[in-house]
Amino acid sequence: MSVDANTVRKIASLARIAISDREIEAMVPELNNILGWIEQLGEVDTDGVAPLAAVIPNHLRLRDDVVTDGDDRDGVLKNAPQAELGFFAVPKVIE
Amino acid sequence: MTDLTDLGVAAIRDGFRAGDFSAREVADAFNASVTAGRKLNAFLVETPEHAIEAAEAADRGRATGELRALSGVPLGIKDLFCTAGYQTTAASHILEGFTPTYESTVTAKLFGAGAGMLGKLNMDQFAMGSSNETSAYGHVLSPWRRNDGGNAPLAPGGSSGGSSSAIAARLAPGATGTDTGGSIRQPAAFTGISGIKPTYGRCSRWGVVAFASSLDQAGPMARDVRDCAILLEAMSGFDPKDSTSLDLPVPQWEAGLSSDLKGKRVGIPKEYRVEGMPAEIEALWESGIRFMKDAGAEIVEVSLPHTKYALPTYYIIAPAEASSNLARYDGVRYGVRELPEGASLADMYAATRSAGFGAEVKRRILIGTYVLSAGFYDAYYTKAQKVRALIARDFERAWEACDLLLTPTAPSAAFALGEKVADPLSMYLNDVFTVPASLAGLPAMSVPGGLDATGLPLGLQIIGRPLDEQGVLNAGLAIEERAGFTARAEKWW
Amino acid sequence: MSSYRIQGATGEWEVVIGLEVHAQIATRAKLFSGASTEFGAEPNTQVSLIDAAMPGMLPVPNGECVRQAVRTGMALGAQINRWSRFDRKNYFYADLPQGYQISQLYHPIVGEGSLLIDADEKAGIAEPKTVGIERIHIEQDAGKLMHDQHPTRSYVDLNRSGVALMEIVSKPDMRSPAEAGAYVRKLRSILRYVGSCDGNMEQGSMRADVNVSVRKPGEPFGTRCEIKNVNSVRFVQAAIEYEATRQVDVIESGGTIVQETRLFDPDKIETRSLRSKEDAHDYRYFPDPDLLPLELSEEFVAECEASLPELPDAKRARYEGPLGLSAYAASVITADVETARWFEALLAATGKPEAEVAKAASNWLTSDLFGALNRLGKSIGESPVTPAQGAELLGLVADGTLSGTLAKQVFEIMIETGDDPAKIVEERGLKQTSDTGAIEAAIAQVMAANADKVADYRGGKDKLFGFFVGQTMKAMGGKANPAVVNELLKKALA
Ligand SMILES: [Mg+2]
Ligand SMILES: [Zn+2]
Repeated sequence: MSVDANTVRKIASLARIAISDREIEAMVPELNNILGWIEQLGEVDTDGVAPLAAVIPNHLRLRDDVVTDGDDRDGVLKNAPQAELGFFAVPKVIE
Repeated sequence: MTDLTDLGVAAIRDGFRAGDFSAREVADAFNASVTAGRKLNAFLVETPEHAIEAAEAADRGRATGELRALSGVPLGIKDLFCTAGYQTTAASHILEGFTPTYESTVTAKLFGAGAGMLGKLNMDQFAMGSSNETSAYGHVLSPWRRNDGGNAPLAPGGSSGGSSSAIAARLAPGATGTDTGGSIRQPAAFTGISGIKPTYGRCSRWGVVAFASSLDQAGPMARDVRDCAILLEAMSGFDPKDSTSLDLPVPQWEAGLSSDLKGKRVGIPKEYRVEGMPAEIEALWESGIRFMKDAGAEIVEVSLPHTKYALPTYYIIAPAEASSNLARYDGVRYGVRELPEGASLADMYAATRSAGFGAEVKRRILIGTYVLSAGFYDAYYTKAQKVRALIARDFERAWEACDLLLTPTAPSAAFALGEKVADPLSMYLNDVFTVPASLAGLPAMSVPGGLDATGLPLGLQIIGRPLDEQGVLNAGLAIEERAGFTARAEKWW
Repeated sequence: MSSYRIQGATGEWEVVIGLEVHAQIATRAKLFSGASTEFGAEPNTQVSLIDAAMPGMLPVPNGECVRQAVRTGMALGAQINRWSRFDRKNYFYADLPQGYQISQLYHPIVGEGSLLIDADEKAGIAEPKTVGIERIHIEQDAGKLMHDQHPTRSYVDLNRSGVALMEIVSKPDMRSPAEAGAYVRKLRSILRYVGSCDGNMEQGSMRADVNVSVRKPGEPFGTRCEIKNVNSVRFVQAAIEYEATRQVDVIESGGTIVQETRLFDPDKIETRSLRSKEDAHDYRYFPDPDLLPLELSEEFVAECEASLPELPDAKRARYEGPLGLSAYAASVITADVETARWFEALLAATGKPEAEVAKAASNWLTSDLFGALNRLGKSIGESPVTPAQGAELLGLVADGTLSGTLAKQVFEIMIETGDDPAKIVEERGLKQTSDTGAIEAAIAQVMAANADKVADYRGGKDKLFGFFVGQTMKAMGGKANPAVVNELLKKALA
């Protein structure tokens, strides 16, 4: 599989990264080079192999249903580029 | 009196306890060294007051008989660890100005053990890189120079390049690092120091800026094996806030140190003899084998047949996880926001992320987004996780024949800055020996093994079974004792 | 079979409906953080660093969410998957701080099950119908965006961010708005019995995504549209009616239906295309690497099973069978868990065998108590009369202390004052009397005052008997035992 400029534009848009045509041009061969190299995995016979689920055997622990957190609006908003009236502010969204 | 910055973690701890010097003297000496070492660009933020405060607390504690594991020891902290009240950026512009209100579990443990912080260490942006050239705040310089008369500035390795440079240049006796595909081991090898990535789950990931969640592990970097053992003991431990944390007691690794390897079988994986391996690296590996034998170990040849596929596997899984982990940097809740005139929410995201992320980060986000996108998920991601299972199985089979594995850490000594930036693939290939253990979550360590022809350090890697940090540290100690590595970078900064 | 049909220009159309119901799991804390889920708090006060997706924050699952999802699955007779996993659904939106929603796509915790909707003649559901359940998975809710506080900005409140939801996905088995409505009501009833969701649609605890398509009867499924976030049973039905008609119109005028997400406008009662989310359809799902697979132990599953209450279908069958209630009463009382619990507390408080008192109790509950609550605009949970007081009242009727009429009087006073019936009877002298002496005296008085009518009665005007009963009761101040009055009157007038 190889990518063209349109595909790169589409991926960049999915990833919400603004990208210029010039950058796309540079990116196309670069990504194809990397993807081509990655695709050597196709050689590996993985029939009947289950994808790795946990790196080191371990089980998922469950928390008790207790309120232990929150009630720290100042802390939550402290680093916000724009916070008003206790909210994070963003450009108006039209739904 | 000796220069206090010549002392490592154990020597500082013990000298402080013995009353040879005060913690404040140590902090002052290293703070001065940090200031004097600014040319290296190892620190993004200097925090002398933190180091001094911890030192004064240690001095008061000593007076009242209260000694903690790291009382009197100042450390450098990689900027991937969130530190309460101190800017944390992961060396990315997108997090500029971000000051966490919380302390990562690992730094909280270190500070709780009495350590102070000298500053936040530079690194490859979001830990993506092997040379420290992806930092948004300028690359770190290695204190090392080739002895060929040329003054080519060298890479300190990456991503924990600020950590490796600072330790090698005596700006800090020890530091935290993180390792996703080799980011502790490779910079340690490049700068003639030691570093260990423990078993996945030993160190909590809580409060560590995420790169690739299934691979990221914190670990210590220091001048020798004992120092690594001491720091690892203080950093490790179960954390209920990290679902992948291992609920196991922390072994007493320092007390368990022994370089006697009698009864140990050390495997030499034949697939690591990659094509075009420099003769110097071959020779390093051979001397490592001699050290192991000398320490009483039996050498066995083993096979890890899927080694060749580890890097491509890594370059699917790590970018995929990263593309999702880095989606939160959107200019809404913290960090930098780019808001062009009249921009919509989507425009703001795109502009913020375009301006905030560096080129390598964007490259990996795009790769990750692509391999997860509709129609490609199985061909790339599922396939990679299957190959990853095979890589893990290779190791399991090897453990039937041996207890530890010995390999070179990197395929070369430190390269010059700028040498590989133009070709991302050649940069990726630098992690060929470190990535397999990362994919399998195994403990692995780099210790200095010798010098190359131009006088640059070379590292040997030891890989152990899951949870066998002790075995890894002990083999590292055996190498350290036999390699007699005393070279250090001559001060030019 | 349902015969809901849309009459188009080209003939009859059948509507095919599937529902994805998002039900908030009733827990104190969120799915992956310890922040509170309490409704109605000040903005961003119930937000942990995890919910705000601060760098380095990690999710740890709330066991109660898992437990409630499993119990819900069991209540729907569904497959419980002992091995499941959380996946990330990746998309960008201001109400989604992580840039992904943690959900379960590939391996949900609950698999196939079913739900029985009841017959409802009035709604055109002729007989009970089984609707298939496709799956239930656990996922995070998003935050909230406010658009009306500022002319050029939207505001983000993350209080809901990370609240646990179950997404309950039905098969496309419904064929009329009424069936869809009945499905939502029944599902809500079951969730409330199980205790896994409070079912409060006004507060957003339950929302439905409605998948609608139309086809000519017997033909394959048509292309469906998904109407997002419909938040009442009435709106679910209205949205389906509107959307099905719209689709028929489109097709019959030569157009084709495009698969899309639509929005229901409750003011205009119409659905509209939701183009703003169109481009985000590549969600790049993959297993969340911060979380290990979710493996349920045998003990965990057994505990979930053991803690399940009697469910509405079983309860209804028991009420109609052994308890001998009418189908109507059984259905009304079991529809909501709170009513059923109240009823059972009432039976228990009588201290008598259930079968013996159930009928009288259900009559009183569905007429007297419901009537009073209706007037007061209160739910049964807010009833001023307790089950113990109700049982006491029923006991006073059963032992002849109160006549039916007196019981109604006493009940009205109970509603007003909250006092126990025995106390009311005692204080106000409302006790029914069977004192034959007093009744005989009253009868004599009445007969003396109405000698002409006595003569008429004795002369064959049988209908006057009721008159004498009324007069005697009046003379007794309403407190005479009617049976005794009847008996003595018959004797006296003979
Ligand atoms: Mg849905
Ligand atoms: Zn959902």
